[in-house]
Amino acid sequence: MTRIGASIAALLLLLLPAAAQAVDPRLVPDVSSRSIEIQYSFTGEELLLFGAILYPGQRLPDDRADIVVVLKGPVRPVVLREKQRIAGMWVNASSIRLRTSPGFYAIGSSRPVDKLVDERTAAIFELGLKNLSMSPTGFSEAKKLERFEAGLVDLYRRMGLFYENPSAVEITEGVLYRARIPVPARVPVGTYRAETYLISKGRVLAVASRDVQIRKAGFERFVALAAQRHGFLYGLAAVALSLLLGYAASALFRRR
Amino acid sequence: MDLYLPVANLSVNALVIVLLGGGVGFLSGMFGVGGGFLTTPLLIFYGIPPTVAAASAATQVTGASVSGALAHFERGGVDLRMGAVLIAGGLLGSLIGAGLFELLTAWGQIDTTINILYVVLLGSVGGLMAREAWGALRALQAGLPAPARKRRHHPMVANLPMRWRFYRSGLYISPLAPLILGALVGILTMLLGVGGGFIMVPAMIFLLGMGAQVVVGTSLFQILFVTIATTMVHAMTTGAVDIVLAGLLLLGSVTGAQIGARFAQKVRPEYLRMALAIIVLLVALRMAVGLFIRPDEIYTVQ
Repeated sequence: MTRIGASIAALLLLLLPAAAQAVDPRLVPDVSSRSIEIQYSFTGEELLLFGAILYPGQRLPDDRADIVVVLKGPVRPVVLREKQRIAGMWVNASSIRLRTSPGFYAIGSSRPVDKLVDERTAAIFELGLKNLSMSPTGFSEAKKLERFEAGLVDLYRRMGLFYENPSAVEITEGVLYRARIPVPARVPVGTYRAETYLISKGRVLAVASRDVQIRKAGFERFVALAAQRHGFLYGLAAVALSLLLGYAASALFRRR
Repeated sequence: MDLYLPVANLSVNALVIVLLGGGVGFLSGMFGVGGGFLTTPLLIFYGIPPTVAAASAATQVTGASVSGALAHFERGGVDLRMGAVLIAGGLLGSLIGAGLFELLTAWGQIDTTINILYVVLLGSVGGLMAREAWGALRALQAGLPAPARKRRHHPMVANLPMRWRFYRSGLYISPLAPLILGALVGILTMLLGVGGGFIMVPAMIFLLGMGAQVVVGTSLFQILFVTIATTMVHAMTTGAVDIVLAGLLLLGSVTGAQIGARFAQKVRPEYLRMALAIIVLLVALRMAVGLFIRPDEIYTVQ
């Protein structure tokens, strides 16, 4: 942690003269790793989002400012299905399509988001699990939509893919902030965006973002790519593996 | 020991999967079945997506049946002609199964279909097996000789046109019967990840009336080729074969199968059949209960 602290300090010194001329405060964000590699023993990771708030003239304002960090995964179209009881059996009975459902969304803040901004602002910046815009397609009643979205949020939350922590951000001396965001093993791969919002008196004063790559690496990447792109060869490899292991075991045991 | 599965996209405890494979392998070695009907549901209970579970279980069955198929082949226990017809049917079935898989996935009914098929198949086959084994056990206890069964094929099979001679099986029947049977089992292999031995063997005995000395060998022969075909079809359509998962299952199951096979020699076959029937019925019951109680997840994302 001291290493990160030192690099923030160095960053701060470098940027101070430039910041002095600006009128609005600025954010200098960073993440503990720009890319997360999923390898054989990957069971999830903790990403540290940290950075500095640069105030014009190096003067801290009298009011306490708050920080909200968001880590958002790639969006993708999904079909969300709902099970209902039909003739005593639980079967998928109804579904909706969402064009932009994020595969991962984590939000951390220094205070609960609803205490920082009004609902409209929260909706504009997509702050909070209630405010994700998932672009449903086709016509469906608002009530049904609400129920489905709540179902998705609940499901993803328990899978660790959606995360909300109103006390995740720690602000030191009013200028340095940091927050830990847990990234579970089953995250989708792709380009993630780590966004930081500086909020004071209900207004978003500054926004800054960093990209984080989450990808499979090494053997895992090779296998996943092979399965996607070279189905035939991949299938042959799987068959060969099972024939070999099956044959090897019987040969081994027969000899004894 | 946690290991990340690159196709299933989640990490599992490798030891649990190897042990699961070992347990299934033990049973499969003991009873002479592939064990896919246990692997797929157990993987689903563990949290593996159903498609990946079915596809990878099919791959595992290949490994589980290779040594048995070879042994029977060397002993002359395989009717190659019958096997070829069954395999042709199986290939046809796996392609039909792939189409069905896609259709059912698009409708969102694949999980329910898999569940219902399991309940119906395992329930009925398990029931038949239990009844048969019970009768055999009663006869055993009473000291009577096991009731001899008349060997002949079903009248429906006799009515099919175009007859072939299957010398090893001692049959003169239409190849359409085993072709259709092979296709039906092929569909099940694709959808459920089962080898289908638990259906194939009774069907060969009761529907086709095949000679007992070639039933198991021919069934294993057909399972070997049809699970290979299924793995290929899955790899090229659903892309759901997880080679790491299949490898872990195989490590356990090929070892377990050898131990199970040794163990089986010490136990009377009537007791083995009864035990298998009970296991099959328990899986069917667990699946049936799963259909009717409220599931943990009402919402699923696809």
